[in-house]
Amino acid sequence: MDFDLILRVYPYFLKAAQVTVELAVLSTALGLACGALGAYARLSRIAVIRFLGAAYVSVIRGTPALIQIFILYFGGPQVGIQLDAFTAGAIGLGVNIGAYMTETMRGAIIAIDKGQTEAARTLGMSKWQTMRKVILPQAARLMIRPLGVNINALIKGTALVAAISVIELTYTAQRYIGSTYKPFEMFLLAGVIYMAIIYSTGLGVAWLDRRARIN
Amino acid sequence: MGLDFSVVPGYLDTLLLGSLWTISIMLVSALISFFIGILLAVIALYAPAIIRYPFRLFAFVFMGTPLLLQLFLIYFGLNQIGIDLPAFVAGVIGLGLHFAVYNSDIIQAGILAVDKGQYEGARTLGLSRGQTIRKIIVPQAVRTVTPPIGNNMVALLKDSALVSVIGVTELTLSAQLAISNTFRPFEFYVAAAACYYVINLGLEYGLRKVELRIQAAR
Repeated sequence: MDFDLILRVYPYFLKAAQVTVELAVLSTALGLACGALGAYARLSRIAVIRFLGAAYVSVIRGTPALIQIFILYFGGPQVGIQLDAFTAGAIGLGVNIGAYMTETMRGAIIAIDKGQTEAARTLGMSKWQTMRKVILPQAARLMIRPLGVNINALIKGTALVAAISVIELTYTAQRYIGSTYKPFEMFLLAGVIYMAIIYSTGLGVAWLDRRARIN
Repeated sequence: MGLDFSVVPGYLDTLLLGSLWTISIMLVSALISFFIGILLAVIALYAPAIIRYPFRLFAFVFMGTPLLLQLFLIYFGLNQIGIDLPAFVAGVIGLGLHFAVYNSDIIQAGILAVDKGQYEGARTLGLSRGQTIRKIIVPQAVRTVTPPIGNNMVALLKDSALVSVIGVTELTLSAQLAISNTFRPFEFYVAAAACYYVINLGLEYGLRKVELRIQAAR
């Protein structure tokens, strides 16, 4: 184990970790938006919209995220979408995790007792009011933990964009493995940083979950 | 440059061969992840602390870092200590170990869900501790956990695309080879995605059959 080497290269890894965090934050935001939209579509009363939501989930979850990112980044220019690697990565990861978040959110919404809707409707609330004031506040509490699991997977998924040469943590580790021939040291360094990011995100999710719980 | 899917049929054999490789990678690593997963679960629950803790650290590290990074470690790391593995073997080991850790979590829950009376009954009948775990507890646990393990296999199929990065010629890399000849990334990546989708449908169909058989056998 070459600790001198680790001490020499860790500033570059920290800089790369910043890119990883930025990617994770941006694609989490996009994923939440896609998830909300997807869940809305899958619960819609209009069959066409419901089908579109189901198709989104099925296609995205049925194919590898790596391929989706490749289609966007390498195939995009052919259909007039020219994105730089970071943007393509963030959008690809966000749209991908959005499909998983769709199912998480839908699950939480349909887990709310039907009696709640019936009671709210009987009290004269409109459908939209019922959803906004009765169902969603309860469903949101149920979503926090499973969405945290999705975000955990997303953070590890950000490594994929190394394949389109975004200079994030895995790409940096790979480059230093190539130039130093010290894979264990580089893995240790990158691994510790990943675990720190994932662990602190987990703490945040647990805190939110505790705050949201009704006693 | 517009889209022209007519170039895809010319490379159909390349994509099919890649699909076969992807399927074999998935099957071999699924087997590894299944059996190592059982082993890890038994260690986590029954082994003495001195063996248990190193394995727990191993699981913690494997769950907390990206698969791609682990593949780099296994492929280049074993090379560093003088073990020169072909990329296919390194990829299968990496995928297998990664999902073994996830399977082990599920199997542990399954083992804990087996009624305590089963253990006591087996011990009373004179089976040793090892025999009881091997012949009574684990077979029952594995049955209850097939659906979540099936989900892991679906995830494994999709993550098998990552081994293209260390140079295994499976579906994704086959598509890339076709692209380097034709310069048509969109068409071939979409074609590869379609292949994955079809394999995925087949896998889900197979998993449903297995689940039904296990339900019927109970």
